[in-house]
Amino acid sequence: MIGLLASALGPVDQEYLLEARQMQALSFAVHIPLVCFGIAFPAIVVFVEWLHLRTGDPLYRTLARRWSKVMIALFAVGVVTGTILSFELGLLWPNFMATFGDVFGLGFALEGFSFFVEAIFIAIYVYGWDRMSPRLHLLTGIPVIVAGVTGSLTVIAVNAWMNNPSGFELSGGRAVDVEPWDALFGNEFLWHELVHMYLAGFIVMGFLVAAAYAVAWLRGNRTRYVRTALVVSLTAAALASPVQLVVGDWAARTVAENQPTKLAALEGLGPTQEGAPLHLLGWYEDGEVRYGIEFPKLLSLLAYHDPNARVEGLEAVPAEDRPPVNVVRVAFQTMVGIGMLLAAIGAVWIVTWVRKRRPPESRWFFRAVVAAGPLSVVALISGWVVTEVGRQPFVVYGIMRTEEAVTGADGILFGYGVLAAVYAGLIVATAWLLRRLSRAPLDVGEEGGDVAR
Amino acid sequence: MSLAEVPAVLILLGVAAYLALAGADFGAGFWDLTARAGADRVREHTHRALAPVWEANHVWLIFVLVVCWTAYPEAFGSIFSTLAAPLLLAAIGIVLRGASYAARSAGESPTASAVFSLSSIVTPFALGAAIGAIASRRVPTGNAAGGLFSSWLNPTSIAIGTLAVATSAYLAAVYLAGDARRIGSPELLRAFRARALGAGVAAGILALAGIAVVAADAERLFEGLTQGAGLAAVIVSALGGVATLLLVARGRYGPARFSAALAVAAMVAGWGLAQAPELLPGLTIEEAAAGDATLVALLIGVAAGSVILVPSLALLFGLVLRGRFDAAAAAAAPTQRPAAASAGRGRGRAVAVAGLIVLGVPLTLLADGVLFALGVVLMLAFVAAAFALLVSPEALDQRDSG
Repeated sequence: MIGLLASALGPVDQEYLLEARQMQALSFAVHIPLVCFGIAFPAIVVFVEWLHLRTGDPLYRTLARRWSKVMIALFAVGVVTGTILSFELGLLWPNFMATFGDVFGLGFALEGFSFFVEAIFIAIYVYGWDRMSPRLHLLTGIPVIVAGVTGSLTVIAVNAWMNNPSGFELSGGRAVDVEPWDALFGNEFLWHELVHMYLAGFIVMGFLVAAAYAVAWLRGNRTRYVRTALVVSLTAAALASPVQLVVGDWAARTVAENQPTKLAALEGLGPTQEGAPLHLLGWYEDGEVRYGIEFPKLLSLLAYHDPNARVEGLEAVPAEDRPPVNVVRVAFQTMVGIGMLLAAIGAVWIVTWVRKRRPPESRWFFRAVVAAGPLSVVALISGWVVTEVGRQPFVVYGIMRTEEAVTGADGILFGYGVLAAVYAGLIVATAWLLRRLSRAPLDVGEEGGDVAR
Repeated sequence: MSLAEVPAVLILLGVAAYLALAGADFGAGFWDLTARAGADRVREHTHRALAPVWEANHVWLIFVLVVCWTAYPEAFGSIFSTLAAPLLLAAIGIVLRGASYAARSAGESPTASAVFSLSSIVTPFALGAAIGAIASRRVPTGNAAGGLFSSWLNPTSIAIGTLAVATSAYLAAVYLAGDARRIGSPELLRAFRARALGAGVAAGILALAGIAVVAADAERLFEGLTQGAGLAAVIVSALGGVATLLLVARGRYGPARFSAALAVAAMVAGWGLAQAPELLPGLTIEEAAAGDATLVALLIGVAAGSVILVPSLALLFGLVLRGRFDAAAAAAAPTQRPAAASAGRGRGRAVAVAGLIVLGVPLTLLADGVLFALGVVLMLAFVAAAFALLVSPEALDQRDSG
């Protein structure tokens, strides 16, 4: 590993590096579930509106309209939490920005335009009901969906670059010979991260929405309205979840190749070995996993599709270059475990719906769907913990350490406290407003039709 | 103009757009907060007028940040580390402002959400103070090299912060008066006309006082603003401000929007001209700029983005200003003619969709290169196609009757 000899703004002594990282992680954890709604919800809402255009059934219109209100409320919260994130890049990691802003900044500049398009058309869509022809209204939803794809593409390009940096040379602590397009879009990491996150968007959005209607279903509200909402949201999540397992395999193989230390951390592999085993559960200690269930050769098989492949262990790098193993490992196992559970729930739904042409009858299935909502968020955040903590101690993998990136300013603890309080308020406010939205009676006059049958 | 200076111009344009558009949003919050007589009607009006545009207006700030950190990374790192306190304050204000919109769109009462409007004063003040810190050369290059408090709690910063609050309120009142006329509410029109005139006079007095403060506190800035191009910009800004007052007094709110925005833009331009060629003390724009490859890529990105952005913004503002989102504009929900459901072909489609996943998974797991990429595409196509098949109107109807 090449250490950074100097950085643009020079070294500082920051006592509260860990708190700065926690503050960033907190902001990220609050923002990322909202991103899922930004990515996936518009597609589903526009789809339901299309069902209305197709059939003339007012129920679909009522549902799309109701969901579009949720969509813009969550978008508003996402706008401001995303703003906090972009501020924090400078507030917490000024030296990272000062040294490499010219390499990856383009990704955010392009994202800015996606964000513009999203903000403009989400407003036209939500405030434009009854103000334009139904067909035109449907079309104004399309740019929102496209901007969700391009926005996540460009932001994830930056994260992929942090994990697999290229497209520059270092000279005197500055990036020179910068090739920004190549750095961002010529990067192998971009594609699995993008597909993984895009599917995660549909899984999290789908299960969270389905959870809300599953609660209604369990309480005996089995109107056509509730059933349609449930079928649409649950089917989206149910289809994406099993496919996500295959994409996860792809991600793990790419990480094995380019970030061997991260792979070793997520499996708790101390020494480099051939035919490396995989452990379920357990705890990493002194170079091995203890109290876990061992599956011989499985890690080699999964990471390289060869049971005798050589897998590089944590001990291949000095101790100070290793991430906190148990954090990464527990997060990884949490993500995979929940992912499999979600895929199973999805499979039950798809099979029942295809074969019996109705929702499952068991109340336990709907209880599982209610649990799947929050669990999918846990899996989402765990996945990002794997990516971000697994990259530690580097902010730019192998190039710049997080301690070199951090601000020299005082007051991190104060800022952390204030921000935590603001987020607590924001979460309570968001939960409250969603509840309020859900309790508002279906406006049959405005939203149209006989839907409460 | 050299390549290195182009992003600086973009940043100033972004700041001007943010002030002229989002500034009015914060100003509307200011009027929310101070509304007394007929408070709920005032608040309802400010919300209706701004809810469709506030998110898009807000993106200008993001635009400024991303251009700054891409084109002048070292300056960005220096600014954000030294000005951590006012920028954190501004960010928190933005969170609260967004929360108030989210709450209102969920049907919260205007009065309760006005509490959030306190942020409408905090954010423009903090951002103005940060600009004051840069303009008065209190942000040195380096990681948190300037004072955590002295950098932005000083005469120039306080003057510019206060002026930003007043300007926001002025802009908001001018725009809201125009909106009140459009929706045909003489009562609201009177209320906001009075506010516009009062805030305009206040902003003018604060601007004059600000120049006196700058003369005493920030010598270089004062010199820049009182000679050459900087002076010209100050004069344009002053004329724009006075013209707006006259237009509002005569009830011409349409042109007043533009003259008010011009006054703001000229003020921002004056700051840039007064400061050029220096970005931070001892760091010129040329020195701070990223390499040519990055700058060219950034400009290509901005140019390509603008091709989409400009018509989109024109569409949004066109709809808003023509009153298409006003309460009165809602048409009766048009009845949609049901399309004939197409029966049959179900089994064939199901087989095709199943084929996508049966082919996609092994290719993704086992193949390399193009075939692998094809596998990923097939899997994603499966998700979309299976979704369309399973929740098609026919499928939903079939289940409903079963």
